[in-house]
Amino acid sequence: MSRVLSVWVDNKPGVLARIAGLVSRRGFNIESLAVSNTEEDVRSRVTMVVDADEHIVEQVTKQLHKLINVYKVTDLTDMDHIERELVLFKVDVPPEKRGEIIELAKNFGAKIDGGASDSLIIELTETAGRLEAFETLLSPYGIREMIRTGKIALAND
Amino acid sequence: MSKRNETKMNGAQCLIRALEDAGVETVFGYPGGHALDIYDALYDSSKLDHVLVRHEQGAVHAADGYARATGKPGTVIVTSGPGATNTVTGIATAYMDSIPLVVITGQVPTDALGSDAFQESDMTGITLPIVKHSYLVKSAAEIPATVAQAYHIASTGRPGPVVIDIPSNLARELDVAYSYPAEVRLQSYKPTYKGNSRQVKQAAHAIEQAKRPVIYAGGGVIASGATPELAQLAESMQIPVATTLTGKGGFPEDSPLNLGMLGMYGLPAANETMHQSDLVLAVGTRFANRSTGDAEAFAPHARVIHIDIDPAEIGKNHHADIPIVGDVKTVLGSLIEELRKDGAQPQTTAWLESIAQWKREQPHRIMRDEQTIRPEQVMMLLDELTKDRDTIFTTDVGQHQMWASQLIHTTRPRSFASSGGAGTMGFGLPAAMGAQLGLPRSRVICITGDGSIQMNIQEMATIRENDLPVKVLLLDNSCLGMVRQMQEQFHDERYSQTLFTGNPDFVALACAYGWSGRKAETPSELEATMRQWLADEEPSLLWIPITSDEDVYPKDACDGSAKGVSDLRDEE
Repeated sequence: MSRVLSVWVDNKPGVLARIAGLVSRRGFNIESLAVSNTEEDVRSRVTMVVDADEHIVEQVTKQLHKLINVYKVTDLTDMDHIERELVLFKVDVPPEKRGEIIELAKNFGAKIDGGASDSLIIELTETAGRLEAFETLLSPYGIREMIRTGKIALAND
Repeated sequence: MSKRNETKMNGAQCLIRALEDAGVETVFGYPGGHALDIYDALYDSSKLDHVLVRHEQGAVHAADGYARATGKPGTVIVTSGPGATNTVTGIATAYMDSIPLVVITGQVPTDALGSDAFQESDMTGITLPIVKHSYLVKSAAEIPATVAQAYHIASTGRPGPVVIDIPSNLARELDVAYSYPAEVRLQSYKPTYKGNSRQVKQAAHAIEQAKRPVIYAGGGVIASGATPELAQLAESMQIPVATTLTGKGGFPEDSPLNLGMLGMYGLPAANETMHQSDLVLAVGTRFANRSTGDAEAFAPHARVIHIDIDPAEIGKNHHADIPIVGDVKTVLGSLIEELRKDGAQPQTTAWLESIAQWKREQPHRIMRDEQTIRPEQVMMLLDELTKDRDTIFTTDVGQHQMWASQLIHTTRPRSFASSGGAGTMGFGLPAAMGAQLGLPRSRVICITGDGSIQMNIQEMATIRENDLPVKVLLLDNSCLGMVRQMQEQFHDERYSQTLFTGNPDFVALACAYGWSGRKAETPSELEATMRQWLADEEPSLLWIPITSDEDVYPKDACDGSAKGVSDLRDEE
């Protein structure tokens, strides 16, 4: 099962390598990873999605805590939290389908960010499930390229 | 013109001063291009005693041996590139056994980082999985605080090695303001020392109710200096104590409650006791597979109390019914107090009687022979002849290590240093050198084999140069005995690349290094030769050829596949 970990760390070079290295050394895959600055300049927040059972995640959480640059590790999976990902689709758009696709995007809360005469770049920020639903709807038109950020998450407390 | 400015310090001078302020007395190291300024600053230090080794790996094992013998963190200085990478095995060895080290490596200048410059290696990257923490210093002003943090991190909580990588331009940088922090406070690093009092109460109740309790003591007992508390608890509640290889010395082995080493080459009675117990009190140990075999089958009838300062060890290899995160010494102290308040009384008479019976039924196999020297015989004699004064043993890795751990009886902590987790051949000789430097008045003996000693034999020169009276006992079976034994047992006696046919004349070799060299070839001359060797005032090597087909018993204990020790017990 996928677990969402939020890791509060020093904003220093090499910290991401320590975290990613530790997780991969313990033998499991990072499904997604997002790192950014936070409300404090000297700290970063890493949101990491890993596919592992609870016992292994508990072990990794403890190992992460041992890193000197790590302040706090929270497993958000079972907590009330908000999570989002952002995806960009480059979709084939024949002139006769242009209106239809724009309509579909708008209905889904997506934005048209750019494009060319025969394509559009559509942006959607949503939960993973909604992103995938949108992808299913777009795919008949022909998705030429797609890119997705890692998940970011905050507890709702 | 001297580049040195007497009033203003450069980065390297800040480093040396910081080491002095950190209380460092002995440094093991090897200079080189990107450590030139560090060594230049060291030249002026009257407080630091630098030991020039012959190989950087030797420096780290020596610092490790120093740390294991004295309890103080070991310090290493080497140059960049190969100097730095040569320390990797030593760092991994210290990491696996939780030994406090600070390893300072020279590095190419900051503007050359990442350019594949001459003698550049990404030291912080290479060592990432085997350090407690590491620093790539980015400004000279950070050097003193970094040193202070490194010693704090290395020696507190669960100890471990810390690397400080210093680009040479920072060491050269002039006019650096020096300030050594009076106190290190790291917001993200606060080890838990005191155990949760509810958990301690629960543990006390479990001990009071147990009919067949056993203490399983690891290296954490030694790291936290908990031997008095452990002995008090064991004696007051009459609980037998089994130790791991790294825990050896944590409990006096002359106590009637001592079971000796458990695990794959442990004593049968110790493993039987674990298997039959109804309560395991695991203290400062990580349930390593060499101790437990198949962790699932380990102590199947027992509730488990697990005391460790590292929360990540709780539940990692084995479940714990009552986990207590904290410093072993502190927690055992609370536990003793709790038991005292409860008026707890020992109730293990029947249990101890069963254990005594297993000890009688399954004694350790002792081989004696009139014609040929047997390794067990050597160890027993060594054990006997070294009881006269305090002795620190170091070992290398292989059969001799197991014979030593089974048959040398240690009665004090920090008197037996062996690479337990990493199993590093080549550890013993430099570790003995470090131990001897740390404790000049102790007798230090390295027990080794012909495979292991040749991995760091160059340190014989360092030992001679420093007039250290280190003793080496070399059991020479002209093969890699432990691997040969496994080939015998599990690979149909196909001795692939384990037989040495070209060993040197070790007496001549010892003499070439300026050591005394002695050789014992028959049982009749063994004792007299060993006595002479022990009486030697200079470094001295005792060469004891034995046959190649000696095996370590219990013989079926290890095929490298981590079969359950308990299961093996049933097969016997």
